[in-house]
Amino acid sequence: MRTGAQIVLEALKRVGVDTVFGYPGGAVLPLYDALYDCEIRHILTRHEQGAVHAADGYARATGKVGVCIATSGPGATNLVTGIANAYMDSVPLLAITGQVATNLLGTDAFQEADITGITLPITKHSYLVKKVEDLPRIMLEAFHIASTGRPGPVLIDLPKDVQVNSTEADFPEKLHLPGYKPNYHGHPRQIQLAAEALAEAQKPVIMAGGGVAISGAQQELLELVELIKVPVVTTLMGLGVLPGDHSLNLGMVGMHGTVAANYAVSECDLLLAVGARFDDRVTGDITHFAPKAKIIHIDIDPAEIGKNVRVDIPIVGDAKSVLRALINKLEPLQDKKEWKEQVKDWQEKYPLNYKQDDKLRPQFVVEEICRLTQGEAIITTEVGQNQMWAAQYFRCLRPRQLITSGGLGTMGYGFPAAIGAQAGCPDQVVFDIAGDGSIQMNIQELATAVNYRLPVKIAILNNGYLGMVRQWQELFFNRRYSSTTLQGNPDFVKLAEAYGTKGIRVKSKEEVEPAIKEALDFDGPVILDFLVEPEENVFPMVPAGAGLHQVIRGEEE
Amino acid sequence: MKHILAVLVENQPGVLTRISALFSRRGYNIISIAAGETEKAGITRITLVVDEDSETLEQVIKQLHKLVNVIKISDITNDPLIERELCLIKVYAPPSVKSEIIQIVDIFRAKIVDAGTETLVIEVTGDQDKLEGILQLLTPYGIKELVRTGQIALVRGNKTVQYVEEE
Ligand SMILES: Cc1ncc(C[n+]2csc(CCOP(=O)(O)OP(=O)(O)O)c2C)c(N)n1
Ligand SMILES: [Mg+2]
Repeated sequence: MRTGAQIVLEALKRVGVDTVFGYPGGAVLPLYDALYDCEIRHILTRHEQGAVHAADGYARATGKVGVCIATSGPGATNLVTGIANAYMDSVPLLAITGQVATNLLGTDAFQEADITGITLPITKHSYLVKKVEDLPRIMLEAFHIASTGRPGPVLIDLPKDVQVNSTEADFPEKLHLPGYKPNYHGHPRQIQLAAEALAEAQKPVIMAGGGVAISGAQQELLELVELIKVPVVTTLMGLGVLPGDHSLNLGMVGMHGTVAANYAVSECDLLLAVGARFDDRVTGDITHFAPKAKIIHIDIDPAEIGKNVRVDIPIVGDAKSVLRALINKLEPLQDKKEWKEQVKDWQEKYPLNYKQDDKLRPQFVVEEICRLTQGEAIITTEVGQNQMWAAQYFRCLRPRQLITSGGLGTMGYGFPAAIGAQAGCPDQVVFDIAGDGSIQMNIQELATAVNYRLPVKIAILNNGYLGMVRQWQELFFNRRYSSTTLQGNPDFVKLAEAYGTKGIRVKSKEEVEPAIKEALDFDGPVILDFLVEPEENVFPMVPAGAGLHQVIRGEEE
Repeated sequence: MKHILAVLVENQPGVLTRISALFSRRGYNIISIAAGETEKAGITRITLVVDEDSETLEQVIKQLHKLVNVIKISDITNDPLIERELCLIKVYAPPSVKSEIIQIVDIFRAKIVDAGTETLVIEVTGDQDKLEGILQLLTPYGIKELVRTGQIALVRGNKTVQYVEEE
């Protein structure tokens, strides 16, 4: 006989979970009691939003399922942003929430919230467990669903009595999910068509997205690229799936992508999109997106194909498997000389750039973090200009290196995600590239980092503004800076000290290198407060509503 | 265009909520939805009638497929179908028009299932044409209440929409 709480923990152990993030409360007392003498490490965050983002960061950094626990009512609703965040970026996440006892369900009991209802549109699947006998099956199903196919968050709502009740029921040997059968292998005929189209194209481009990282298809992508010499653009979520220094990597496409990447997509005659979902931040005005191209779309989620753009050759399947099959169908191809030169010309004419002077510019800070960590650090970001500069100037070498809130754009994500990534990858250097606005959204997690000795480095690109919003106000609202000035920011150095750790203020360019080194040498979390140029803007930029070909190159134009 | 989808789902709590939430969230136009148990225990069949062009319909089907409890979706619009819907109509029927109404009921092979001093309740079953037909003729008398089950449909002949368990 086992109690519901014991079943939960046993299931976690069974599937190899060693770390969970959470916050206790009345409705999860039995579960926390079982955790008390369980070998699974529980990291107590200081807010449930911290727990869910940490579980998400853990999952993205390690590829394993991230697990978070919260109590009923306010605990559960505090998870909502994090669940939506994981849903948008296809992150395998298991959220376990306590719930009022089954006899109280539906009575507006103390701390009752219909969390399965609230999260219905932002979970891959969810369960409200009414009988402890169902729990072993549900735990395994939830894990399976979260981590296979297109991954995503699964929520299990666990009434208090179900945690306490006991059962003989054991874990099923086999899962019975007749409505859930992800398709991993692409259709051979479609793959053949794609191979033919690639062989014929004169101006081909590959657009690689986060699905390549999730599928672990970086090797296949590299082989394909080198076999047929196709330039690659990546989405924000795809950064790192091809090394940033590869000669055929044109960088990020989309709103703040490189000019070369945006022009290449606008001019190409064939676009092979793999593990990308044509988000509006990527496509710009959809009617001008890749207007001359035949489009091949590889994705494991059939519903993504044809959702936003017309697709000529759809291939439903796992990126790794489909790319391998595609490689097997292709002969090596020569460089397309004209296309190669055209692309190179764009790259040389319009590189990423910012003003080189003695001012402390945020782009420089990111470049220095990259240089001083040999490009190896795991980078999480907040949202805003900081996120875009991190994406542009930190050259990722591998997938799962840049951990950022792509689909939802959640301020306050980066720091707890860094904590989760550090918990999952204790031997790596983890940097959160932050804004002075975003960092204050989950700053309470400093206590968690200190408490669990997770030596995350926070680099605040402190511009005194909600910078990205200010940039839009500058460009499109006549410089009317309505509520974007961050008056009353705290002294971040003292704040770090108040939490019992280190803070370093950096006011000039010369101080950057020594400060980063000092942070790296310090065995604990550090806040680096970089007082950067306040009104620096992110360029290139495709204005809202414009096509990618209308990318603005910046002030120096 | 109107499409008829036969959707087999696992009879799990919340499955109808998931489907209707999906339609409202993505803005798909739904004409009717009718659900009930099937020949197989634990499996519910939902007949969805949607009004969408073929591109959106493809999205509807794909999005429905993403729901874990949805097992099978068949677009049976172009199959030879037996289509039925049941409809209860409470019509204003003072003595002066009662016999006229009874004639209409006879023509459509409908049934009078209740009579008040000033009303008749008519039960009619049939395909959409038949229901529209009788409703059109009854409207001038004053329809006081109308309740419909939503359309259900079955493919004629040997073809079936069934859940066959795989090994
Ligand atoms: C939770 C949340 N609220 C509001 C926004 C809208 N928003 C996007 S960027 C931004 C400014 C971020 O400011 P900061 O963190 O200082 O970053 P900066 O742009 O200055 O680098 C805001 C308010 C958001 N993305 N997320
Ligand atoms: Mg800022």
